[in-house]
Amino acid sequence: MSQFSSGSLEAKGIHLAFGSNRVLRGIDLNVPAGTTASVIGPSGSGKSTLLRVMNRLIEPDAGDILLDGTSVLKENPDILRRRIGMVFQQFNLFPHKSVGENIAFALRKLRKLPKDQARAEALEQLDLVGLRHKADVRPSTLSGGQQQRVAIARALAMKPEVMFFDEATSALDPELVKGVLALMTDLAQGGMTMVVVTHEMGFSRNVSDTVTFMDAGVVVESGPPGQIFDAPQTDRLQRFLSDVL
Amino acid sequence: MDYLTNLGETFFDWKIIGDVLPSMFAVGLPNTLVLAISSGIIGTMLGMLLALMGISRNPVARWIARGYTDIFRGLPAILTILAISLGFGPVLREFTGITSPYPMGVAALSLISSAYIGEIFRSGIQSVDKGQLEAARALGFGYGPSMRMVVVPQGVRRVLPALMNQFIALIKDSSLVFTIGVTSRERELFQIGQDTAANTGNLSPYVAAAIFYLALTIPLTHLVNWIDARLRTGRAQDRAEKIEPDEAAAVVGKGAHG
Repeated sequence: MSQFSSGSLEAKGIHLAFGSNRVLRGIDLNVPAGTTASVIGPSGSGKSTLLRVMNRLIEPDAGDILLDGTSVLKENPDILRRRIGMVFQQFNLFPHKSVGENIAFALRKLRKLPKDQARAEALEQLDLVGLRHKADVRPSTLSGGQQQRVAIARALAMKPEVMFFDEATSALDPELVKGVLALMTDLAQGGMTMVVVTHEMGFSRNVSDTVTFMDAGVVVESGPPGQIFDAPQTDRLQRFLSDVL
Repeated sequence: MDYLTNLGETFFDWKIIGDVLPSMFAVGLPNTLVLAISSGIIGTMLGMLLALMGISRNPVARWIARGYTDIFRGLPAILTILAISLGFGPVLREFTGITSPYPMGVAALSLISSAYIGEIFRSGIQSVDKGQLEAARALGFGYGPSMRMVVVPQGVRRVLPALMNQFIALIKDSSLVFTIGVTSRERELFQIGQDTAANTGNLSPYVAAAIFYLALTIPLTHLVNWIDARLRTGRAQDRAEKIEPDEAAAVVGKGAHG
């Protein structure tokens, strides 16, 4: 039983070029509802760009994106993004708003909740990430790990059907990584549909249902973690794994 | 010693200063404030519009903002004030029956200050991390609301000191309005000083005007410094919890010997 109203996500034949730089060259990614797909690969392989194309922060040149089986390219992108939560490497909390207001603000403006209800829901979300007591301070007073947990709470408060994590632990001090990964694991096990771009091979192997290895804008290999990590088929993946493990 | 006495009388004839004070208080100060504040407000609104046009994705809007800014920042203020007042004064009279060039003075000061304020806002807005816009958009805010509620407030906060400096410059530049020939009730501080100096053949009225300007600008300058310091230390205090002891000590430790 899922505690989230998760949807499936599918990317088909995504192409994207910035001028002559072809960043994505025919990417396919299929994430069934309630599963976690991790995307690994060297820097510059197009992983983060793929996330931004799938919630249309960047419009693809070609291909299709299906959320819950329906193409989203004709939908209003602002509405689409409310259905997909996104967590960034640099947290990107709003520094001029309190921790609680970082969450409540979007609930008021986008989900049109009345003020006290938005506040109550924000506190509830903060409770889930163990930071209710920080609701009234500015984000800059929190540690990186705490800020990232607030960012996750902010995304979850919108009740998304899918969550994107863009190297969510890369900017954290080593001792803070664990707490954020534990929270992400809880979400995955709670049945959230997740796409996780990560350098955390342990998380990728233990938590995700499928692993996709990207290099130079193409999917080189994709499959269950056991296959990808224990029986890599291609040279490129073997080389990558021997570099990072 | 005669020279010193002469100079003293030329600049500090207290009787003349005392005589000019009432009209400075009653006419000059209000007019200076009206000119500076009204063109400050209009200039700020126009400046924000220019800044948003300057960073817009529409190339025509960017081009217009760029051209406007280049022209009004590139011209001497006195030239703009004269050209606007003498050029558009008759048009204004035609349509509204207003004969005074005073509104045109306000318009000219607004146009000039908006070019500077636009650049101040633009630099502030552009200094906000791109991740802020991305995060707001990822939540589901459109471009406009993201800018209005997330990016612009952060950018404006950063440039408040520069904005205040611009207002101080406006108080001083309002003196240039004397060139367009306003009525005696519309004279600002400088012009009252100048007229009285011409009548008395003594420079003390200028000193009186100077005292008024300094009484306005010096407190504002210190207010700017105070705001600036508060914005900085406010941030430092926010971070204080996170600063490692050796990081905090570095200033006295390594720095002192370096």
